[in-house]
Amino acid sequence: MSQQPGPDRKTTDAAAATGSRLDSYVDRYATRTHGMTASEVRSLFSVAARPEVVSLAGGMPNISGLPLDVVGSMMHELVDRRGMSALQYGSGQGDPELREQICTVMQPTGISAHPDDVTVTVGSQQALDLVTRIFIDPGDVILAEAPSYVGALGTFRSYQADVVHVEMDDDGLIPERLREAITSVEASGRRIKFLYTIPNYHNPAGVTLTESRRAEILEICRRADVLIIEDDPYGLLGFDGEVPRAMRADDTERVVYLGSFSKTFAPGFRVGWALAPHAVREKLVLAAENSVLCPPAFSQLAVSEYLSGHDWMGQVKEFRESYRERRDAMLDALDDLMPEAAHWTRPTGGFYIWLTLPEGIDVKAMLPRAVTNRVAYVPGTAFFADGFGSRSMRLSYCYPTPERIREGVRRLAQVVEQEMELRATFGAWASPRRPGLDGPAPDQS
Amino acid sequence: MSDLGRVVVLAGGLSHERDVSLRSGRRVSEALREIGVDVEQRDADSELLSALRADPPHVVLPLLHGAQGEDGAIQEVLSLAGLPYVGSSAAACRQAFDKPVAKSVTERAGLSTPAAAVLPQSTFRELGAAVLLDALISRLGLPVVVKPARGGSALGATVVRSGDDLPAAMVECYAYGEAALIEQWIDGTEVAVSVVDTGGGPRPLPAVEIVPESGTYDYHARYTAGTTEFFVPARLRPETSDTVADAAVTAHRALGLRDMSRTDLIVDGHGRAWLLDVNVAPGMTETSLLPQAAHAGGLDLGVLTRELLAAAAGRGHTDRV
Repeated sequence: MSQQPGPDRKTTDAAAATGSRLDSYVDRYATRTHGMTASEVRSLFSVAARPEVVSLAGGMPNISGLPLDVVGSMMHELVDRRGMSALQYGSGQGDPELREQICTVMQPTGISAHPDDVTVTVGSQQALDLVTRIFIDPGDVILAEAPSYVGALGTFRSYQADVVHVEMDDDGLIPERLREAITSVEASGRRIKFLYTIPNYHNPAGVTLTESRRAEILEICRRADVLIIEDDPYGLLGFDGEVPRAMRADDTERVVYLGSFSKTFAPGFRVGWALAPHAVREKLVLAAENSVLCPPAFSQLAVSEYLSGHDWMGQVKEFRESYRERRDAMLDALDDLMPEAAHWTRPTGGFYIWLTLPEGIDVKAMLPRAVTNRVAYVPGTAFFADGFGSRSMRLSYCYPTPERIREGVRRLAQVVEQEMELRATFGAWASPRRPGLDGPAPDQS
Repeated sequence: MSDLGRVVVLAGGLSHERDVSLRSGRRVSEALREIGVDVEQRDADSELLSALRADPPHVVLPLLHGAQGEDGAIQEVLSLAGLPYVGSSAAACRQAFDKPVAKSVTERAGLSTPAAAVLPQSTFRELGAAVLLDALISRLGLPVVVKPARGGSALGATVVRSGDDLPAAMVECYAYGEAALIEQWIDGTEVAVSVVDTGGGPRPLPAVEIVPESGTYDYHARYTAGTTEFFVPARLRPETSDTVADAAVTAHRALGLRDMSRTDLIVDGHGRAWLLDVNVAPGMTETSLLPQAAHAGGLDLGVLTRELLAAAAGRGHTDRV
């Protein structure tokens, strides 16, 4: 905590005129790199990784149900039988057979697609990066739900996009708010490049866009000529087994659809995809080639073998059941233990619950107390590009056991009560002072 | 391999500074390996004690920051296990880690520390916040620095320039612990003086002057390379350099510290040195202050650490200062 140069400074010592910044590249970094810094929140997540802490922060899929013996022998056979192609470079657009299989995987969402329009990517995160790269110039506007996926916001920030959030409720994105946002951005003379949306089992909000709103949002975007990026990693993880209809199923030209095998199979392979209108697909493939030459052949063929040689839908059903059990455990614990003033969403699929605390509570400032109490969550501000979300948090139920979830919620409820007591002591003056843009590490996003 | 035998570097732990500790551990382990020391880095977890007992190392280097690392707990555990370790005894750590206690001890030794108040959260709850906050401001003036009474890395610390911001700073601070130290802000040059003792008595390393880009040496400025400018040695008049060096050695002795410490001070416009904090487990990360001071003093971090390890090994497992 240093201040102005004091009169005590020796000014005659030329050798000491410049100090060291411990990073000799500091003046060379691009502007977009400046936001990549150490933060207290990331540091606290390091504690959350310890087994003593019940982490309700991580978004890691629970893959403990995967038949590792089956996957292992598939990998063995893959190298035996197709090693020369699995260990070689491949096509920039992705393996043709896998692209065909991806079209089948998308069928339950109502999407009928041609493999030519599919680009395989390194997780859907790379698809997001490529889409942003080909569309966004610094200062362009991206519309996104409030809150939105932290990994997407990070990508948008790195391309210097201006994110404008659009309010949601329990039925997902609110069409009227979308209209208002479009009008307001256009009135300011700025250009909206696309709407980024996660319609199913939203990360972090846990809500799902209703069918009628999907049609309405498509119509609004058609009229305003706004492209839609539909990010759908959780679509097959609805607890009632129903798969919501994709917006892409009803508009092939206005929607770029992003999918992933990270939640339906395993994130370790890092295989996702983008389904895009033909012209966009051309650009995506060129951008992908510039970025990684081609997605990893081994991962793609492994996923392909798994899809063709295993009852993958049966496995997804098992995943769904395990997540439903965990969701139930978390909702029951929240109902039983949380102070009345808190409220939360009730997801029908996916990984996350969005919990909001009474006005005046700053959940980011509360995080050290939670970590001391051996429970962790992701502060809501991570899911906003503009510093909002300070009294909300994302709780994920995907990874811990139901017993640990209940214990985590018990600890969290104590922390919330202590914080509410503290707020009551210091009153309304103690409202949050600063927005926070700290995001969690990749395995927590 | 050196003749030091096997060394265990303890890093991690469960404090809020776990991440910093892991970075310190990595850096020091690497520096030691480079000069041939047999190093095992491990976390302080539920298996630590049984692992140390099953296969006792020759000497232990605790680099745990924050509670459990600097409050004397890990030192107590190592003493119980009968293992020699680098650093201060449990009793000395307990004294130094508690900022208000350390403040009293160093004041008694003749050092200046900023005017301050220490208040637990419960006092505000029981007596009412408004009146206490007013009293704080009228006694200490503004700006003040609010920080947890126990803790480091500037976590939970806020510089408060307006009375309106004080309640939020208190709330943020109490998230890290029950008691807060509210200290008068001293305008001046921030310096850190590391003290090492490899057997010949405590000696100061060159003072490091800290000039954060943002004006505040907070967590971000401490651990993001490029955001703070360091001057080693600090740009002080020779007599002031001596003053801060003497202050650091005095604090080290007064608190009964051993092997190494780092004292953070502010030199005001009149050349007076104000002691802010004394650390018993100084950070050893790429951006930390002790390694920079050692480098400026012509000491290789690995060699210096090896000397500290050798001194600790020679001392055995006695916990006398």
